[in-house]
Amino acid sequence: MITRLKSSLPLLGIAALALALLVVAPAVLSDLRLNNLAKYCCWAMVAVGIGLTWGRGGMLVMGQGVFFALGAYAMGMHMQLESVGDGGIPTFMILYDPLAPLPAFWEPFRSGVFTIAMIVVAPVVVASILGFAIFKRRVKGAYFAILTQALAVALATLISGTIKYTGGDTGLSGFTSFFGYTLDDPLNRRLIFTITATLLIGCLVVVWQLYRSRFGELLVATRDAEERVRFLGYDPANVKLVAFVVAAVMASIGGAMFVPIAGIMAPKSMDAAASIFFIAGVALGGRAALFGPVLGALAVGYGQSTLSEQWPGTWIYVLGLLFVVVTIALPGGIASLATRGAGVMAGLLVGRRPSHRKAASA
Amino acid sequence: MTGRHLHPDALLVRDLSVSFDGFKAISGVDVSFAPGELHFLIGPNGAGKTTLVDALTGLVRGTGSATYGGKELLGLRSHKIVRAGVGRTFQTATVFEQLTVLQNLDIAAGLHRPAWRLALARRGVPTAVEEALETIGLSELRHRPAGVLAHGQKQWLEIGMLLVQDARVMFLDETVAGMSADERAETGELLRRIGRDRTIVVIEHDMDFVRNHADVVTVMHAGRVLAEGSVAEIQANEAVQEVYLGRTVKGSVDA
Repeated sequence: MITRLKSSLPLLGIAALALALLVVAPAVLSDLRLNNLAKYCCWAMVAVGIGLTWGRGGMLVMGQGVFFALGAYAMGMHMQLESVGDGGIPTFMILYDPLAPLPAFWEPFRSGVFTIAMIVVAPVVVASILGFAIFKRRVKGAYFAILTQALAVALATLISGTIKYTGGDTGLSGFTSFFGYTLDDPLNRRLIFTITATLLIGCLVVVWQLYRSRFGELLVATRDAEERVRFLGYDPANVKLVAFVVAAVMASIGGAMFVPIAGIMAPKSMDAAASIFFIAGVALGGRAALFGPVLGALAVGYGQSTLSEQWPGTWIYVLGLLFVVVTIALPGGIASLATRGAGVMAGLLVGRRPSHRKAASA
Repeated sequence: MTGRHLHPDALLVRDLSVSFDGFKAISGVDVSFAPGELHFLIGPNGAGKTTLVDALTGLVRGTGSATYGGKELLGLRSHKIVRAGVGRTFQTATVFEQLTVLQNLDIAAGLHRPAWRLALARRGVPTAVEEALETIGLSELRHRPAGVLAHGQKQWLEIGMLLVQDARVMFLDETVAGMSADERAETGELLRRIGRDRTIVVIEHDMDFVRNHADVVTVMHAGRVLAEGSVAEIQANEAVQEVYLGRTVKGSVDA
């Protein structure tokens, strides 16, 4: 009976989080706070993917900004075109060159269906190609981390340098509507929050299923003894590739929802610093735990907003300090506190000492 | 060379050579491994035993030929060789320490399932896993994390994983090293039991273990096959006494 209870606990947790986000938060938070929470939810989607690749798969993905950008710019282009109306051209392009036609790759983003498809397909294609090249060559560890980080830097630089097509450092902004809903209406903004929170819950459910599936066991096995997995008849590159692609899609969806919420998408939301910011939440929350990345990302997002409101500039130091303290004192993240607590409780219930071995500690 | 080389299900190695930067770790090895007998590979350190197994399991590149079930193994990638039915263990037992005994075995069964079923959770215990648990004697410990097992139990778990993945050929690298006398005896029994319809090749340094359990012994020295035969034949072989055992220890081998 205890095992049955244990296996349904994560689902209860997800249900509790859904209740908090979808029912409690809209009831008690102001429009501004709710919009902020929506933004943290976007980061949390990225974080859930990082938990999968890094926490369970052992791949430190330091460049999730790349996939965040894919979704964000797809959404940004669509909303920009929607805002200027049929046949219109985004203002920043007219300012840059009044006579230039709309670049060909922008044209299909007039279609909402195409945009939504691209938000999912683009990260799958890009992550598959990247992952295939990286994992088949058995690039791992620090080399993998640096490589992904470099990709984020490269893409940010590319976007900065192509002002004509992407708005450069200023980014895309001035959106007025989201799939036909005007962004001025607070009710519509609440709708966007609801969509975002639902997507986040969806990501959690996907990851929960992956963790309890045989794939989840295989991923942990690949993390801990990659060569051994090869001698079970699996190609570990494929195992890692699946996790990498799933995480990329989550980052892309997070990026896409970020645009209507933040009202702007610029390279600084996806560059190296932003990508590390994504990691920080995951590390604080506990990368291998199901809820660690979500709670960490929400906490870091909240901390950033509140602390920077009161003492601008100090937040980054607080974050740095937290990062150091957690890494040294609590390598399993905040979530491991819950696991430890649960271990003690279970030990008391069953009447034996809690196990010293922690699944989440690796 | 005896008639057993003609066994239709044997793994046939012909003229296998492996070199590392010009150094010939193995040169021109001819050997065959047939089902139903415990085949031991012995030889001094650096003789090329592990390199031979590495070459046959895709870890290092070799030239020549190694066929099993009509398939050329050289040039295949490791996981394809496993799927062709050839499995191995390593000198240091590598089990997935954070997974339970059951999960370790279950993962090994995965290569016989369609890939999409990986997305589902495990329900119940597959028969092959249950049988393997029974065979390796770890039924009671199925829910323990593999990391807490004793050294010998880890080695058995690895053998269990080979059973579950239904390896028809098993290369076992120094399986009984570090085991107690009781564990050795049990391992020998285990190998006998599972070896009836499989090809089992054991790299071994423990001469007592070899004497007690070997049907066929291949002696390697300096990258070549020095001699092959039954334990008695090997013990009587002049060349083996000369370069491997040394005349001085002849008495202890006969003891």
